[in-house]
Amino acid sequence: MSTQSTIYLDYASTTPVDPTVASKMMEFLTPDGEFGNPASRSHRFGWKADEAVEEARSHVANLVNCDPREIVWTSGATEADNLAIKGVARFYKSKGNHIITSKIEHKAVLDPCRQLEREGFEVTYLDPDEKGIISASAVQDAIKDTTVLVSIMHVNNELGTVNDIAKIGEITRKNGSFFHVDAAQSTGKVEIDLDKMSIDLMSFSAHKTYGPKGIGALYVRRKPRVRLEALIHGGGHERGMRSGTLATHQIVGMGEAFRIAKEEMKKDSLKISKIHEKFLEKVKEIDHVYINGDLKNKVPNILNVSFNFVEGESLIMGLKDIAVSSGSACTSASLEPSYVLRALGRKDELAHSSIRFSFGRFTSDDDVTNTLDILGNVVHRLRELSPLWEMHLDGIDLDKVEWNMH
Amino acid sequence: MAYSKKVVDKFENTLNNPEAFKVGRFDPKDENVGTGMVGAPACGDVMKLQIKCEPKGNTHVIKDVKFKTYGCGSAIASSSELVEMLIGKTLEEAKAIKNIEIVEALELPPIKIHCSVLAEDSIKQAIEDYEAKQ
Repeated sequence: MSTQSTIYLDYASTTPVDPTVASKMMEFLTPDGEFGNPASRSHRFGWKADEAVEEARSHVANLVNCDPREIVWTSGATEADNLAIKGVARFYKSKGNHIITSKIEHKAVLDPCRQLEREGFEVTYLDPDEKGIISASAVQDAIKDTTVLVSIMHVNNELGTVNDIAKIGEITRKNGSFFHVDAAQSTGKVEIDLDKMSIDLMSFSAHKTYGPKGIGALYVRRKPRVRLEALIHGGGHERGMRSGTLATHQIVGMGEAFRIAKEEMKKDSLKISKIHEKFLEKVKEIDHVYINGDLKNKVPNILNVSFNFVEGESLIMGLKDIAVSSGSACTSASLEPSYVLRALGRKDELAHSSIRFSFGRFTSDDDVTNTLDILGNVVHRLRELSPLWEMHLDGIDLDKVEWNMH
Repeated sequence: MAYSKKVVDKFENTLNNPEAFKVGRFDPKDENVGTGMVGAPACGDVMKLQIKCEPKGNTHVIKDVKFKTYGCGSAIASSSELVEMLIGKTLEEAKAIKNIEIVEALELPPIKIHCSVLAEDSIKQAIEDYEAKQ
């Protein structure tokens, strides 16, 4: 779509880099900056870069309350998910071949699980409840002696729903299974205390939390120790778990972003909760809207709404000055509507008509007011164009129509 | 989805000026009206096309058209494009319209070709309905 979007409400997709973060990153690139290789032990260029990397590591550790030595830098949350899932499963394959995950995980978790199935592992994909929550009892029911790994996300990227990872951790620890959590969407939004929770591995992304793209981290618990098989070999960086010269500027950017996240979390949350409240109240004034997810148990920065009788992609095209995402099939290459919404048992047509609004640190009141004005108008106009809306107004039950399937 | 400017323009014009672009409906019981509806909500697109015809010589001519479409931007643009092609055509000429003409007119990307197929099917069904009434 070649649209000039002026209002950005797609923070769950990516966030802009905080200007403070960007200027800090600039200090680690050019000849007058600290451009050294952190692995160079023999001169001050290396020492300075290493210092910066270790400081960034502490900032990341500090946000989630773990030991900095438990943080492994990766190229992003996708790599962290891959390293955690494939790395642990392959290392411990003699202990068991069963893995538990859920149907609403990010593809960065689902695809490595599919790969492990091809390698002979058995994977259980848990169903969420109709609100999009993976319950601890579902994990309890599925876990068995051979379960080597459980991977459940903290905050769902499409719905914003929050899973009770503390409780799930108790179950996995008791069973002797490793527990991996994809926390790409939760840093800076939800309090994470790894010291208190029985979580063995956790994936982080910088660019969902006002840091740069191309950098992430994996938390790997030291006590009790978690071991994994590396995916990338060559030089033994990151204690052998992830080789490759560390990208100092990216790492510094992630560290700074996570430092700010800790500092600003309360302020950000308060501001975004207000935006969410206003948005929700106004969007509910439109007829036949459905909120997807669990309003009582979700982060306020993500709001997923289905506008019945309107198809999501056409709505996005109608909202050309607003950047949002859709669960509609038509925005993807697969022609399948969002697998997350389908897993909730939502009718396909509601999945097709869903829009994810996600707010952030730089969302203004005006952004929200203007979006709501445009939204009401475009939904109305698309419904005037919709034969389904016309049938609905005529009192026809769309579920009873025999459609001429194409 | 990278759409051509033609799809985007057609979609926006239809949305902003529905009457001029023949959005609406005729009474389906009118014997001069043929209605075709194809697609399914679960698949993400439903097209409803109505033609109003009158006899001319030994055939019938499409005098006016109305449509409504639920679907992605290219489905809406495809229906709107088809509607423009139909007015003034005889039923034989209308039957001969192929989806590829819509694909070419709008420069639809390959993944959106089914939108044009849906449009072609809707006119076939509308004509069938009309002919059954005569």
